[in-house]
Amino acid sequence: MDMPIPNILIWFIFLLPLASFVLISFFTKPILKKPRLSGYLTIGAVAGSLTLSIWTLISILRAEGHELVIPDFNWLTINGVINIQVGLVMDTLTAVMLIVVTTVSLMVQIYSQGYMHSDPGYHRYYAFMSLFTASMLGLVMVNNLLLMYVFWELVGLCSYLLIGFWFHKPEAAKAAKKAFIVTRIGDFGFLAAILLLFSQTGTLDIAQIHSLALTGAIGGTILMWAAIGIFLGAVGKSAQFPLHVWLPDAMEGPTPVSALIHAATMVAAGVFLVARMFPIFEHSPDALLIVATIGGFTAIFAASMGLVMNDIKRVLAYSTVSQLGYMMLGLGTGGVAIGIIHLFNHAFFKALLFLGAGSINHATGTFDMRRMGGLRKVMPWTYFTFLIASLSISGIWPLAGFWSKDEILVSTFDSQPVLFYLAMATVFMTAFYMFRVVFLTFGGKYRGGTSSQTDTRPHESPMVMIIPMVILSVLAICSGWFNVTGDFGHLLGHGAEHGFIEGFFGILTHPLPWISLIMAFAGILLAYAIYSKNWISATKVRKFFSPIHTMFFRKYWMDELYEDIIGEKILNKGIFARLKLFDSKLVDGAVNGVAEAVMTMGRAIRQVQTGQLQLYGIFIILGVLAIAIGLILWG
Amino acid sequence: MDFNYLTLIIFLPVAGAIVISLVPGLSSKLIRYIASLFTFIPLAISIFLFIAFDRSTSVAGTIQFEELSPWISAINANYHLGVDGLSLPLVLLTTLIGFLVVLISWKINTRVREYFAWLLLLETSILGVFCSLDLLLFFIFWEIEVIPMYFLISIWGAGRKEYSAIKYVVYTLFGSALMLAGILSLYFTTGSLSIIDMTHSGSAMVQSLMPAAPIFFMLLAGFAIKLPVFPLHTWLPDAHTDAPTAGSVVLAGTLIKMGGYGMIRVCVGIFPQVAQDYAQLLLALAVINIVYGAAVTLRQTDLKRLIAYSSISHMGFVLLGIFALGELSMVGAGLQMFSHGIVTGLLFAVTGLVMHNTGERNIGKLGGLAKQIPFIAVIFTIGGLASMGVPGTSGFIAEVTVFIGAFSSNIVDGVNVYTIISMLGILLAAAYILWLLRGVFFNHPLEKFNGTADADRLEKTYCAIFVAAILVIGMYPMILTDVIRTGITPIANLLGG
Repeated sequence: MDMPIPNILIWFIFLLPLASFVLISFFTKPILKKPRLSGYLTIGAVAGSLTLSIWTLISILRAEGHELVIPDFNWLTINGVINIQVGLVMDTLTAVMLIVVTTVSLMVQIYSQGYMHSDPGYHRYYAFMSLFTASMLGLVMVNNLLLMYVFWELVGLCSYLLIGFWFHKPEAAKAAKKAFIVTRIGDFGFLAAILLLFSQTGTLDIAQIHSLALTGAIGGTILMWAAIGIFLGAVGKSAQFPLHVWLPDAMEGPTPVSALIHAATMVAAGVFLVARMFPIFEHSPDALLIVATIGGFTAIFAASMGLVMNDIKRVLAYSTVSQLGYMMLGLGTGGVAIGIIHLFNHAFFKALLFLGAGSINHATGTFDMRRMGGLRKVMPWTYFTFLIASLSISGIWPLAGFWSKDEILVSTFDSQPVLFYLAMATVFMTAFYMFRVVFLTFGGKYRGGTSSQTDTRPHESPMVMIIPMVILSVLAICSGWFNVTGDFGHLLGHGAEHGFIEGFFGILTHPLPWISLIMAFAGILLAYAIYSKNWISATKVRKFFSPIHTMFFRKYWMDELYEDIIGEKILNKGIFARLKLFDSKLVDGAVNGVAEAVMTMGRAIRQVQTGQLQLYGIFIILGVLAIAIGLILWG
Repeated sequence: MDFNYLTLIIFLPVAGAIVISLVPGLSSKLIRYIASLFTFIPLAISIFLFIAFDRSTSVAGTIQFEELSPWISAINANYHLGVDGLSLPLVLLTTLIGFLVVLISWKINTRVREYFAWLLLLETSILGVFCSLDLLLFFIFWEIEVIPMYFLISIWGAGRKEYSAIKYVVYTLFGSALMLAGILSLYFTTGSLSIIDMTHSGSAMVQSLMPAAPIFFMLLAGFAIKLPVFPLHTWLPDAHTDAPTAGSVVLAGTLIKMGGYGMIRVCVGIFPQVAQDYAQLLLALAVINIVYGAAVTLRQTDLKRLIAYSSISHMGFVLLGIFALGELSMVGAGLQMFSHGIVTGLLFAVTGLVMHNTGERNIGKLGGLAKQIPFIAVIFTIGGLASMGVPGTSGFIAEVTVFIGAFSSNIVDGVNVYTIISMLGILLAAAYILWLLRGVFFNHPLEKFNGTADADRLEKTYCAIFVAAILVIGMYPMILTDVIRTGITPIANLLGG
């Protein structure tokens, strides 16, 4: 692959999955009647995209300034008023995102062959997954804010469709709706920021906006509000406090969907958005501080809820929210590279964790950890890969998670000491809740699965599910090594380069990594003591911390606050109901009242219409007289 | 252009109506075919005109396919037709909807002859409004529309149909009385009835007999009722709720667009200065339309009424785009009118299918239909997504163009605040559309709806045409904006923005 990738093929990274979506929707099922083909089509398309993405990455690494220039074409142009062009930005950030999206997507699509095999909505599933992959790739490639918003909304739409994939389940239908509306609150800010930037600069081209921000042509409060608006969009998409509430519920969707959309890619789009628009944040220290604070707070806040959930997917969901908070913290304190490298590593180990949870569910028919246990022996592959991912996310040297988490802690330590302590506490909590999951599911004795499946013994999943997990576990070990030399960060604009061996072991000569390692091991040890050895009784711990436990378990009552109090009481049954009453009684009532009055008057006047000409004559004379008097007096 | 394309487009439907009502012994089936023929040809011609339309910037503002012949020379009234970038898309929309409603009405079995005659007359009158460049002609077409709509609602409607039909007539006549007064005032001050002349020479023609603002508001009243603008909107949910499906489709699809069209063409075109003076008021009303309309929509439980109220909210975006008075915002308003026409047209059409096939229209009593009528569910979902402005659909690009145009318009002070508040409308739209989809199609399938018929071939066909139009515009909006721009630019230039 010495040759740089031709421009036309770059478009195919996005067009292949899109074509797969169109073919599945309009051809393989309705015309060929071969739903099975949908899976192969999707896998083929995504594999093609992955190949092209790798080629693109190589081309970008070799290109001058690590950027490829792709010609645009017009999409919405009104001379002198607006000019929106479809174009691609091909820099290192895009290349990294392309690799993440296509790799995880391919693994998930292959895995789904096993997981979704007997689902009646098989072809619909793959159609949506193709559309999602295409939209996500579009999102990371486009060079225009409005088009980015387009794909931003489209990934949200796919998320809606896939959370509600089993739409006949009321919880799924409700969760899908909740996810869409909550993220749209964030999108409100994103769109407002787009309007603001356009009205100030007259362009929506990202590079142009950046250069205007760099030269100071836009600045001050305008830049700050634009940054806050964009960040609000990111808060919604990346499930940051206070818009995090949709992500745990989104677990109602099929598990591979959770792995791809709600762990590795779409939810990370918020982090990507902030990274992409970073020049705007860079010139607005206040905005950057908000990013770091929200991120740091969300990290520990979500982790606290992850400590107590019984549903394995919910634990992982809160873990995702927490890790996304880490990424925001990294962006806010250290810059693009710090946040994105964690995004890169997290995509692999978190997708792997979800695929593991799916594999367990495949075997036991439940997501409730109280009904699992003892799966280590019957599901060795799942166990090993899940363990690797858990070690990686806990930040154990030398796995992937260690390297990126360390970078975030270092940059936070330098600039935001308070957030640093929160982040350190989160390291401990992360290790604890992950190994709570490990010990509850794989350790001890089997506790029954679903009531209907008690007689069937759990079994290891088929190879088509195992292989993607193994591949991802390799990445969960070594994806962090790309940055051991500082190369990766350097490409994204941060840090110095040094030798591999020097970096690999040299890091252990610093005190900070040791502190975080000790915190992580303490978390694992505590989980071991409670959930594996029962040295400390889980029930007693729960009783001892009863009020706090309840608060965590009830998710700080935020669902109640949003849904029951704000959504139902204040808005729906309050303001909206009053407005409806106002509309039907007052607005419509006034009109009907006027109509009634006119009718009454008409009836009264009708009495005057006697048909007697003499009477009419008198009226005419009186009228003329009145006019004449009026003219004399006022004329 | 020697050939009188526009006359043909306008009068073919009514010719069909005459054939249907006068030729004795036509079977219902034959009547349907005649109606579809006499609506399909105008559609074909308007597609041709749309392709032949000259989009180059140099001819911006020029009336194309013009027809001008003296009519009542005593009062200087002319038979003056023509289209520009503003009206041509609406002509295309009207002929498209006009053809599709014939297909939508295929299952009408009562008084078929009369029904189709009224439907075709309705199309002629709407097309006349969009093509007339003479105020008297414009007014006559505007008035004719009331009659067929009245009969369509009161005979083929449901529920409180007489009440709703009368309400519709009273509102419309009230507005047109004021409009007529406005037209007469204009005539007496300028001595002309030509919209084009008045737009070109501007206020210079208006002698000081009467201040411009009252004339502006008299004309606006008629358009505001039709759009509809708060607080003149309550006829609309009643008319929609009780109208037959096709009536709702025409009403939402094309009829209320006459309001937005009139506002741009007459109010802003002839009175740019007054429009600018009173823009604050109208923008405030636009925001009320959008947010209040959406809030009231959220509380509706009747399927059709919900979509009717959502129309009020969506037409608020048109009002916002117009009175932000920016070039881009008015292009957005034009785009939104077209988009709303096909999106809400589709929603009413599928709502009709759901109501017809299940016999139920209360959202609370529906549920889980996605398994039983998957095709209708998919189409309804696409229409709903377009209505809440999801990218890829026309609804998205139209609303975003309005937002971007309005926010960056520098003609009215504080317009950015109005724009930001209006954006709440799309948030609420997501809430009511998703609530509706969940209530009607998701959750457990209900036993009582087992065996409910899905769309048949004809129904699938017209749904697919709507969907195709929504997606084409959503993905390549320039197909319309290129045309709309040529009509808006000269009007925007009047405002000197």
